[in-house]
Amino acid sequence: MSILVDKNSRVLIQGITGKEGTFHARQMIEYGTPIVGGVTPAKGGQDYLERPVFDTVVQAVEATDANVSIIFVPPAFAADAIMEAADAQIALIVCITEGIPLADMIRVKQYLKNRNSRLIGPNCPGIITPEEAKIGIMPGFIFKKGRIGIVSKSGTLTYEAADQVVKAGYGISTAIGIGGDPVIGTSTQKAVALFMKDPETEAIIMIGEIGGMLETQAARWIYETGNKKPVIGFIAGKTAPKGRTMGHAGAIVGGKDDTAEAKMKIMQDCGLYVVASPAEIGMTLAKVLP
Amino acid sequence: MNLHEYQGKDILHSFGVKVPMGIVVLTPDEAVSAAEKIATESDSSLWAVKAQIHAGGRGKGGGVKIAKSLDEVREKSSQILGMRLITPQTSKEGKLVHRVMIAQDVYYPGASAPKEYYVSMLMDRTKGKNMIVYSSQGGMDIEEVAEKNPEKIFTEEIDPAFGIRDFQARKIAFYLDLNGKAFKEFVCFIKALYEAYVASDASLFEINPMLKTSDDQIMAVDAKVVLDDNALYRHSEYAAMRDTDEEDPAEVEASRAGMNFVKLHGNVGCMVNGAGLAMATMDMIKLSGGSPANFLDVGGTADAERVEKAFRIILKDESVCAILINIFGGIVRCDRVAQGIIDAYNNMKESFSVPLIVRLQGTNAEQAKNMINQSGLRVHSVITLKEAAEKIQEALS
Repeated sequence: MSILVDKNSRVLIQGITGKEGTFHARQMIEYGTPIVGGVTPAKGGQDYLERPVFDTVVQAVEATDANVSIIFVPPAFAADAIMEAADAQIALIVCITEGIPLADMIRVKQYLKNRNSRLIGPNCPGIITPEEAKIGIMPGFIFKKGRIGIVSKSGTLTYEAADQVVKAGYGISTAIGIGGDPVIGTSTQKAVALFMKDPETEAIIMIGEIGGMLETQAARWIYETGNKKPVIGFIAGKTAPKGRTMGHAGAIVGGKDDTAEAKMKIMQDCGLYVVASPAEIGMTLAKVLP
Repeated sequence: MNLHEYQGKDILHSFGVKVPMGIVVLTPDEAVSAAEKIATESDSSLWAVKAQIHAGGRGKGGGVKIAKSLDEVREKSSQILGMRLITPQTSKEGKLVHRVMIAQDVYYPGASAPKEYYVSMLMDRTKGKNMIVYSSQGGMDIEEVAEKNPEKIFTEEIDPAFGIRDFQARKIAFYLDLNGKAFKEFVCFIKALYEAYVASDASLFEINPMLKTSDDQIMAVDAKVVLDDNALYRHSEYAAMRDTDEEDPAEVEASRAGMNFVKLHGNVGCMVNGAGLAMATMDMIKLSGGSPANFLDVGGTADAERVEKAFRIILKDESVCAILINIFGGIVRCDRVAQGIIDAYNNMKESFSVPLIVRLQGTNAEQAKNMINQSGLRVHSVITLKEAAEKIQEALS
């Protein structure tokens, strides 16, 4: 089993004919992801990468029964693309786009409130269930199938974690990159909750960074619900200076409860296995799993 | 993007937010004529001379002074212009002051005593909504108020679908204990301020102090404005307000090359792909007994040109005594990155005096390691993070 996506997903690519969209569409198709079509306004009616292209998401859904959409649309139009997917009742929307204005995301968040779509991202590497569906920009070969769930704000740290999991002799049920922006669709806690419910996920790796309270919330939730599965946690940014944005728009040290140390302390108090360096993820996993 | 006080106030003013009359000048002569102009137009007989730099706490560092005569305007502005202003928010070298603002005095005596308040607007990340933070304890460091009198700080959440409503503006005014004309003025002030916040795509407005004058006017005496970089494409007039003199030259150079660089004060330079891995690499340098000299996310395409540019930026910092490259090659293959590193290194061999540790992991990592080992360069090539940490320790000892 896995969470959110598997070989039965029916995936649409918004922005399929763009440069990024094309490159990653090819990679996803090669991986075996069930890509059923693409959307590019005013390019509907043609075939692209042997998939039908539609003008609107709603037409694409009618024709293909798509239930997942991945968005490679430039930042100025990405918020609109997310709303269009939600309007067309897409169950899972994955937005890769980096650099969406904050005000646009506040509006998106509002728009999604009374709708049935879940958003992952934006500014994220996407989601992968190994050997079934890669819906994102991650290098697929690192991820081998298994029983460890990964949730992370960072792309390359997700790859790092996956690589160590595999080298330690385990595999991954699903890995989700939730994104490093201040406003995102799926929080750390929501992702962790899905893994806790998944019977085939045995342990969870939770990677966060400075900025915001997502990891703290997740840690408290894990504790309050009885630490049902072992969770290994890491927070990047212990050495980040206060008040500077470190690459990700959301990675900025705020008040004194918002430092890497403060978060790691809370995670530890909540019964998570906190590692001081991502280099220790693999060996810690070997220690906590029978 | 951070703005200067005068730029922030220009934006506020353009949305009908009341600010004291102020003129920005570059020389003491201009300061005196600005003061004369303000005197004729506002019958102010005192002036504030305020350094314009991107940092708070200017008053504490001697960057804000009151002048009681035109002679004093000249004297104080000569003192401030060209000084290196050190405040609790600058580095210990301080910031060079290029401009001062001559501002009208708004603390004049009158029917009631002038009173300072605190108002800010920002996004509440947990809720994904904007909020207004306010307090009757204006004019001081809000973090200090939060520590000592947290009960004196209030917040008001704004529904993104409806914006600020009248009842909310009134509620804040009641909590701040305003009445009569000041109450009415405040309601207009806060609504205009929120409109400016939204329309300019700001990520922070901090008005500290907001002043109730002795004749019950409400105005923004200071303004810290931060705009959302991601939204600047739709505000070319604000994008033009960027003052690169206020930024670190290495950071400006890196951002022109499309890289994300933050200067720090350590001894180990680093070059990494991905923001999260870059931060984790900095932390690892610290765990290994060093201290990171920078944050640098080179992005997805680590080709020779980019690597060389990054090397040059890192090597400008004389305290750097080792460089660590940490790339997780996914879609970009490690052998190509390795070739980029080898080419860049060869191009600038003469300027390379510090040890280089290269950690390439991911697609074709072994092949990349062999390429670097056979290149004849004085480079330590490793594959795991643990090995990289050990090499840093070695290089520093």
